[in-house]
Amino acid sequence: MSIDELQPVPGSSSPAAGWRSDFMLGLWHIAPLMVGLVPFGLLMGALAAQKGFGAVEMMLMSGLVFAGASQFVALELWRDPLPMLAIVAATAMINLRHVMMGAAMQPAMGRFNRLQAPASLFLMADEIWAMAMRRAGQGRLTPAYYFGLATFFYLSWVFWTGLGTVVGSVIQNPARYGFDYAFTAVFLILIVGLWRGRRSIAPLAASAVVALAAHAWLPGVWYIVLGGAAGVLAAALSTPEPS
Amino acid sequence: MTLDLQSMLTILGMGAVTYATRIGGYALLSRFPVKGRVKAGLEAVPIAILTAIIAPAALAAGPADALAALITVLLALRLPVIVALIGGIGSAVLLRGLIG
Repeated sequence: MSIDELQPVPGSSSPAAGWRSDFMLGLWHIAPLMVGLVPFGLLMGALAAQKGFGAVEMMLMSGLVFAGASQFVALELWRDPLPMLAIVAATAMINLRHVMMGAAMQPAMGRFNRLQAPASLFLMADEIWAMAMRRAGQGRLTPAYYFGLATFFYLSWVFWTGLGTVVGSVIQNPARYGFDYAFTAVFLILIVGLWRGRRSIAPLAASAVVALAAHAWLPGVWYIVLGGAAGVLAAALSTPEPS
Repeated sequence: MTLDLQSMLTILGMGAVTYATRIGGYALLSRFPVKGRVKAGLEAVPIAILTAIIAPAALAAGPADALAALITVLLALRLPVIVALIGGIGSAVLLRGLIG
């Protein structure tokens, strides 16, 4: 079912429809994505439990960061002794895309006041952003609609990742069920979702080659930084500079 | 894990840099629009980073895992995420049993 097939909730089509109906419309539009969130949230919690996370720590991370891909990376890097700087740096690099996203959304946020703008940006996950930009394309992005998208999506992310630590802690031998492969599978699926056709070829190829080489010959997690930098460079250099 | 200082600081640091990226583009880049190569480079950051992270595990951890990676990608191209996830993990289990 596409979003276009979804019917708006009653009352929202009226021009006098207020804050509440716009909020409900946003909630209605994000509902299918909230269902899709459940397995990812449970999976993240389960993987976090293997790294020693309890529900409180998991919900704290989900609530403060609220960025799935970077949380998966952080957990992948999470070990004793804790590589704090590497985790924070990897988080920043993965979430650099938000800079572009926020810049793209800014012109559509004229209706947001001085409190609503920073609060809405805190909640700017990929899915929220995509739905908000879709609404903005129709010239109808309101704070009520945005927070309708974001509020319960945020709360359910915190909830399902927290619950995942409880469910996951009973799984004793993850490799036996292929559970250790879940990280690889999740990342591959995220990459497929990020694929933008031909212009993704250069960054992906450069990143993979450099990361594999660095992983083979260098210690620690240098392969992530070096592979990522190679991919970004390849994307920049393979794009013609406008004259 | 108890809520020790290092974990707490790491989580707070993650939250701080993430919020910085979210508010940074709104605050800054909207006034100084990027284009051309800088824009292309920034747009490629997620795919470059995710690829770098997973390339060793997907491609250099044995033939079973590499083949399962290929199956996962093919499933993800056409089918819902949950199908790709279950299919990818399932094929990893099967292939590890068959070819190690």
